[in-house]
Parts: sequence; structure tokens; C-alpha cells
Amino acid sequence: MHYSLFNSTVVAYALSFVLYLTFLKTGKALTGRLGTLLLAAGLVTHYFALLERTRGLGPHAVPYHDLYGAMSLFGWLLALTYLGLELYHRQRTVGALVLPFVLIFFVAAHVAPADKLSPPGAHGPTFAFHVTLNILAYSAFALSFVLSVMFLIEERFLRKHQLGDVVWRLPPLELLERMSRSSVLIGLVSITVGTSFGFLWVYRLSDRYSFYDSKYAITLLVLILYVVYFWLARTTAWRGARASKLCVFNFLLVFLSFTVVNLYLSHNHRFF
Amino acid sequence: MEIVLVGLNHRTAPVEVRERVSFTAEQARRASEQLRSKGILEETLVLSTCNRSEVYGVPPEASHDSAPGLSTFLSEFHSVRLEVLNGSLYHHYDREAARHLFRVAAGLDSMMLGEAEILGQVREAYRIAHEQGATGPVLNRLFQGALEVGKRVRAETELGTRPMSVASAGVKLAERIFGKFEERSALVLGAGTISEQVIAQLRDRGIARLFVMNRSKERADGLAKQYGGEVLPWGEWERALPVPDVIVSSVATEEPVLRREIVERAMEKRSNRALFLMDLGLPRNIDAAVGELYNVYVYNMEDLSEIVAQNRHARENEIPKADSIVEEHVGKFLSWQASVELVGLVNELRSKLREERAQFVRSRVESIQHLTEADRTLLENLMDDILESLLLEPAQRLRGDKDLCRKVRNVEALRDLFLSRREKL
Repeated sequence: MHYSLFNSTVVAYALSFVLYLTFLKTGKALTGRLGTLLLAAGLVTHYFALLERTRGLGPHAVPYHDLYGAMSLFGWLLALTYLGLELYHRQRTVGALVLPFVLIFFVAAHVAPADKLSPPGAHGPTFAFHVTLNILAYSAFALSFVLSVMFLIEERFLRKHQLGDVVWRLPPLELLERMSRSSVLIGLVSITVGTSFGFLWVYRLSDRYSFYDSKYAITLLVLILYVVYFWLARTTAWRGARASKLCVFNFLLVFLSFTVVNLYLSHNHRFF
Repeated sequence: MEIVLVGLNHRTAPVEVRERVSFTAEQARRASEQLRSKGILEETLVLSTCNRSEVYGVPPEASHDSAPGLSTFLSEFHSVRLEVLNGSLYHHYDREAARHLFRVAAGLDSMMLGEAEILGQVREAYRIAHEQGATGPVLNRLFQGALEVGKRVRAETELGTRPMSVASAGVKLAERIFGKFEERSALVLGAGTISEQVIAQLRDRGIARLFVMNRSKERADGLAKQYGGEVLPWGEWERALPVPDVIVSSVATEEPVLRREIVERAMEKRSNRALFLMDLGLPRNIDAAVGELYNVYVYNMEDLSEIVAQNRHARENEIPKADSIVEEHVGKFLSWQASVELVGLVNELRSKLREERAQFVRSRVESIQHLTEADRTLLENLMDDILESLLLEPAQRLRGDKDLCRKVRNVEALRDLFLSRREKL
């Protein structure tokens, strides 16, 4: 990968993080706007870095054949989802908490040496959509996790009457809840469509891949739990802290699916 | 070119004195006119708020002795004996006057540190004086600087961000939960002064619906009419509580008005939608156990007072930052003032040197017989050129000098060197 792409992405994300943090502290609108602008710039250079990584993988390929590629793609989709939510909800104070994750995933993916595993035998647009959409779902769930943690912390401060400097700058609780629900909705749509593409692909290659995989079970469980969260958070007595706790729990399952299940239990999934 | 300020404020004068020398907009206009027509000041501006009455001006002569005349004028204008004002009035010149005004605009000199209203009052006073033609280049520059300082301090420090009254702290806390109030509703129990303060805050922040409940319906009607609210009959909790997002209670009562079971039932009806309760009554109006309910946030008077105290402390910590902005702008203003004075000085010197040259030509050159008229003109032009270059070089050096103190000192030194005492006065 071009070091200039790596450097410019790191610089853009790092500066964006600093600006978001300053915005959280001072509330100056210009600082927040610059943070957004640099995040967008980081997304562009990160995209080219991903493109660079896919060279040699063939057509319709996304760089998920190794852990580092999958991590980098995850970071990119996390930043993209966040930017979409920021623009939709017009709320920038969350940026300071999301950008460190984006930066960590990007740097971890690119600094560490790539593993020697060969790319999977499967290619094509169906497979590419399946993986990309599922990683998008994971990143959207990760974002809802961050928002829910923020909600729980702020809610605790407010209930315990512990109002430090930061509480006055954080987004209102109900906005955090709405943002979290939007993020989960993105994740639900992505995982549903992405998983459907996966089954379609398995169906086409049924001679080579099994229909039965532990990954399917946990994905179904994740899907159900997020649907439950989405329903509870909107309509019943669970709205507020209880729903946020459920969202945090759900993401722990996603994390389990992304790591332990992929690495040790699944036959057909590696890093996605 | 001197700036003088004479005035009094909440620190130097009790309210009985302040109210006797305060200016209405019309009085401010009249005072400005009189000050200029009597030749006391060339430029004037009257700044009068509930906490201060101040007259800023530029006297015709830079002598640092115009303050007593202004004090006498204030005493005569308001028909208050000078002895009453003595001890309350303060006066400042130039740097100190600029610093004082900039601190006022920044909210650093306000009774409530960092209050926002003062900047609007300074802006309004300047607008009136400017429209009246009472300000000139000096006060225009000074007040534009003050407005810039006020804006910068509010944008770059936290001096004005945190609520400083119990009512505003409560409303801001509710915003931490709900965000903007455009689609929210509030119920106010009680119709006393504190309730009215909270209602005013809620209305300022655009609350969509407002309900008032009070034992005396008459008072509730008055408040609801004044602020565009609806009156609900006292004690109809089943009907009233499921709707609002914010409940403010400030009633005189021995027993809590809102008990846990009442709020619990209301929370069931509202599907646990978040509820913010502000208890401003003493003794407390809301049962402490209400705060244990899910999605219910209760803040009482003590909690809110503590937040206000914390905020006051936080604002005080911002004073050094605000003061450094003030000092930066005082420096800029004095630099501008010194540059303007320098231009005036150069013009004065130029005309003085031309006079000297004309006298020299008359007494010495005209006696030289063999010089033609053309030679004489050439000689005069050459002398003008050399005088101009002698004058311009130090002036340019001074203009470019970044050290403000040195610049001011050198301007004074030039004046001392080339102009006689009579001319300086």
C-alpha cells in the first residue's frame, strides 16, 4: 500500500478526532464542521487504501480475505455509517467517541503484517455483497453500542446528579436513543440483505459449501435480538436505559460472532 | 486624543443612588447633545443599564482633567448633589477606560458574571449614539472593539455557557434529556415568582405546550394568560401527569404534593416516557422516592443550587482566559490610537517645518542678490524635500513599531522635541 495513502488517512482521522474532541469541549460550530470535513477526507483516502489492497484479488473483490483487510473495511464502514448518522441527526458530539475506534481499526489493519492465508476460492458480486453488507451491519451495531454506552453513562450522571463539564456538552439522552435506533435499523437491513446474499451464494455452490454452519445460528440470534431491541426501544416500558443495556448485550454477541465463532467454530467464514 | 469615562455601577453605588442617575434612551440623547454643545466632550456615548450608568467621551483637549467637569455635569443633569455621588463615581482615562469598557462588554464587570444581556445593551447604546451622530472615529473604534471582545469571550470561553440561576439550571438540565423543547410540554405547579421565572425560561426556549396548576385559579389564569398556557384544575393528577415531559413544582405545602404512587401510575400511562421533575418548593413538594422510578429524573432546590454554585466556580475559572482576550483588544485599540496620534503629529510637524522654512527663505535666501526666481523656487523645493525625508523616515519607523509602549513613548518624545509647550497644549 502507498505510504502516502496510509499517512494521509491517519492524519485526516487523527485531526478529525482532535477537532471533534475540541468541539465536544468548546462547542464551537466551526471546529465541528472542520472535524466532519476531515472525516470525509479520511474516508476518501481510506477508500483508496482499500482499493489498493484489493489489487490482485480479481474482479468484484473486497479486501476481506485476511483479518487485517476485514478490520480496515470494518473501520471504513464504521466511519461511513457514523458520517451518515451525523448528517441525518445533525449531531457532532458523538464523533469524538467514534473516531478513536475508526483510527484503531485502520492503523491495526495496516501496520501489522498481512497474514499468509490465500484468498478464498469464491469471488463474484454476490459474495462481495454478502461480505460487505454483513460488515456494514457489524459496524452499524458497533456504532449503536457506542451510542448506548454513552447513553448509559450520561443517564447515570443525570440520575446521580453528578454533572461534570462533559455532561453539559453531550447530546441529549433522547437524541442518543434515536441515533442508536437509526444505527440498529441500518444494521438490521444490512444483515438481512447480506445474509440473504450469503444463502443465495451457498445455494449456487451447494456442492462445495454446507448449509449448516454455527455462524448461521449466531447470525439468526443476533438478528432476532436486534429486532427485539428495535421494537422494545420504541414502544414499551423498556425505552431508555433498559433498551440501551440490551443493545450493549447484543453487541457483545456480535463481537463473539466476529471473533470466536469466525475463528474457531465456523467452517465457511473466516474474518467476516 | 483622549478617552474619558465617568460612571458608577453596582459595585460602587447602592441601588438608591444608581436609580437616581440612570438614563432613559431619551435622557441619554439629551445628555449627549448637551455635553457636546457645552464643549465638555467632542464625542459622547451614554451607557445606562439597571446596574450601571456610564458616560464615555473624547474631550477637546488631552489633559486628563476632564473627569471633574463630567461629574459635575452628571450631578446637574440628574439634579443630584455632587456630595451624594462622590465616593460612588469612578473615572478612567485612555487605557483604563478601554479596558473597563471591554470588561463590561465581556460580562466580567456584571453582577452575574458572564451575563449575556450586557452585550446587547452595549450594542444598543452604541447604535443610539451612532445614529445621533454623537460618536466619532475614536468612540466608533472603541465600541466596535468592545462588541468584538464581547462576542469573542462568549465564543471562546465558557463564561456564558452555564446556567447561573436555579430556574435556568433546571431548564437546561431538562434539555440534557429531551433536547429541543419545540415538541415538548411542561406542567407548572404553583404560580409564585419562581414558577413565573421557570415559565419565562421555558417559553424562551420554545416549549410547545404549557400547563399551569395552582390552588388559586385566579393567579393560575393570570400566569397562563400572560405566557400563553392552559390552566388545569388543582389536584387532577390522573389527567395532568401523563402528558407533560417536564414538571415544575413550587408550592407552599407541609406534605409532598407528588407522591410516589401518583407518579408511578402516571408513568404507566405514559409508557415510561422520560419525565423530568423540578422541585423548587421548600419543604420539598415531591416525595424523594419518586426519584427511584424508572426514567424519572428529580432535581430539588438543593441539587439545583449546588449546580449553580459549581457553574459559578467554573465561570470564575474562565476569567483569566476572558481577561487575556480583553488585554489583546486593549493593545490593538491603543496601537490604533497611537497610529492616529502619530499621523496628527506628523501633520503638525510638517506645517511647523514649512513655516520655519518660509521664514528662513525670507530672512536668508532673499538677501542673496544673484539668485533668479527659478533658482529660489528650486532651492525651496530642495529644502521641502529634505525636510519631508527627515520627517517621514522616523514616522514610518514608528508606524511599523510593534512595541506599543515604545511607540507611544516615541510619539510623545517627538512631540516634546519638536513642538513647544504652547503648541502641545
